[in-house]
Amino acid sequence: MTERCIVVWCPDWPVRAAAAEADVDPAAPLALVEHGLVHACSAAARAAGVQRGLKVREAQSRCASLVVLPLVPAVDARRFEPVLAALETGIPTVQVVRPGLVVIRAAGPARFFGGEEAAAGEALNLLAEAGVPDARAGIADGPFTAEQAARSAHPIRIVPPDQGAAFLAPLPVSLLGMPQLAGLLARLGVRTLGALAALPEDSVRDRFGPEGAAAHRVAAGLDPRRMVARVVPADRDARQAFEPPLERIDQIAFALKRTAEAFLAALAADLLVCTALTVELTADDGGHHRRTWLHPRSFTPLDVIDRVRWQLEAAELGAAVVEVTLHPEAVDEAAHHEQGLWGGGPGERIHHALSRVQSLLGHEAVLTPTLAGGRLSADRTVLAPWGEQRPALRSPDAPWPGRLPGFVPTAVLGDRPRVVVQDPAGRDVVIDDRDVISGPPATFVTPGRLGTRVEAWAGPWPLEERWWDAASAMRLHRMQVTCADGSAWLLAHDASGWWAEARYD
Amino acid sequence: MQARTLGARTMPTNEAVAPLLPGGALRSGVAYAAPGSLALAMLLLAGPSAAGAWCGVVGIPEFGAEAAAELGIALDRLVLVPAPAEHWLSVTAQLAEVLPVVLVRPPAAGASPGEVSRLASRLRQRDATLLVAGRWSGAEATLEVTGGSWSGIGAGWGYLSARELDVVVTAREVRSRHRLRIETGFRLGAPLPAAAPQPAPRLVAV
Repeated sequence: MTERCIVVWCPDWPVRAAAAEADVDPAAPLALVEHGLVHACSAAARAAGVQRGLKVREAQSRCASLVVLPLVPAVDARRFEPVLAALETGIPTVQVVRPGLVVIRAAGPARFFGGEEAAAGEALNLLAEAGVPDARAGIADGPFTAEQAARSAHPIRIVPPDQGAAFLAPLPVSLLGMPQLAGLLARLGVRTLGALAALPEDSVRDRFGPEGAAAHRVAAGLDPRRMVARVVPADRDARQAFEPPLERIDQIAFALKRTAEAFLAALAADLLVCTALTVELTADDGGHHRRTWLHPRSFTPLDVIDRVRWQLEAAELGAAVVEVTLHPEAVDEAAHHEQGLWGGGPGERIHHALSRVQSLLGHEAVLTPTLAGGRLSADRTVLAPWGEQRPALRSPDAPWPGRLPGFVPTAVLGDRPRVVVQDPAGRDVVIDDRDVISGPPATFVTPGRLGTRVEAWAGPWPLEERWWDAASAMRLHRMQVTCADGSAWLLAHDASGWWAEARYD
Repeated sequence: MQARTLGARTMPTNEAVAPLLPGGALRSGVAYAAPGSLALAMLLLAGPSAAGAWCGVVGIPEFGAEAAAELGIALDRLVLVPAPAEHWLSVTAQLAEVLPVVLVRPPAAGASPGEVSRLASRLRQRDATLLVAGRWSGAEATLEVTGGSWSGIGAGWGYLSARELDVVVTAREVRSRHRLRIETGFRLGAPLPAAAPQPAPRLVAV
């Protein structure tokens, strides 16, 4: 069943928004360009012969004074937001199809304002006050019919109930917004919506599938889409300004306590808990620091303050802090996070203990490992702070040609300690550009220890990664050695010399 | 101090290291010392972890998580505190409150006898097992790696594929020798007591 709709249309909205953004007179000939083709143009440009779909060169040759601007959809939406807010002050339930085109369910406003025409007039008045004087309105059964009515309105056009099909009949099928279907229909000789609606519905469904069936219903004035009012989400950010600006972390943490409690209490009032939090710090010199923190369960006020404290320690702001903003990045229903009647079980206790250790040592001090892909031993593990998910970018299941088979080293030395490898004559062992080793390793010296005799060795195995990128390219050779003292090492040799990658402890 | 209960509770233990331990299994509420080899410490950790216990590792920044996973430790129940610095003892005590098994490497200075006994009573209360990658006074057993051999590697050929560890276990003044074989992919060979010089545990005057 179709419902009566009012469609309010702001002609050339993208052009108007782009002109305001670029500070150009909207009355001048303007064109918005996407992928080298004209996407929209102003009335002056249209009068000079510019139209949608032209190449930029062609459009410029038709109108020499044409101002060409890039199409930025975000600008359209941003500029439309205040217009929409002005409309919502008078008519609360609106649905935005796209910036510049709004659907209003007719029933409510028509009863309130005393008729459909009065309601549409009120909508146009509100838009005119918001700075869009040339908006138009169409009233019909279903959003599609109402949109077509708005496009031919001066400034309001009403299509009476059940007259939609007759109104649409002479219009071309290309208005359906399905270029492939419209092209096919035109080649079959079906050029108007009336001709499409006259075809038997079953035949259309058989020939064109569900998409064709939907187009058939729309053309017959039976647009089944219903209007869904937009819901503006409540602003749940909490801000705390400091006057005078605060420099010390403990002062900020103390001052923030009540804000953090109020921030979570406001969420709790709506039966929500915060599971991800963005903290934004603003310094006196205009510096910003922003970071998102995840929580394995849900934030408590103390957790929030801990996160702010850690962020302040890491942020390296150049001046004192004037404002802290807490923004709930993700919320969840509180019912999912309630404690059981007899406490939260072992997981809850582990989490509390680890959070205490984090409060003592810092967020990055408690880590959980996951396997990742890579060739070097250090690349094959990703460590994430407790409570955060760090997705592995490299799959550990991929083949990774060049990684070592056999034993996995139990001790991965992250800081690349320098070592000395010497041949029987006491000369340093080197590997040349042709991957040839200068002599068998005989003595191996680690920093802080005496040299030991090498009992057995294997390699060198060359490894070259990302040679196409000079910044991250890596070229080295690796070698396993076992020593007389029973230790076994995985060594690496690159342009800087030998270093120990890992130990088989 | 005496244990509160007569029948000591045991934990699931990896079958490769079970014969090394007094009683044939890890006991909960006590400490074990495993100086010399991280692989042996991981093997001790693997049994409880594979059976569903959460494990903590304190003060070992080079702990190879990939090797741990190969050895049978569940990484999704593993928590690392790589650099607790001077807080290592309090972090260990806090983790022992909630985690059934904690592996810790004490810094060179070690712990004072008072701190050791406080931690021991905490372990008894919580039924947690402490594994120490180093020396520990008051350990239920000390599993020390005295030597070992590698195979699969020669003068410029092969790669490390198997390893034998000579382990000397000292438990309550009783010393026994064992040999443990670990193969590529950590397929564990059966422990070879026959290869040891003294097959049966014997008393050693200390």
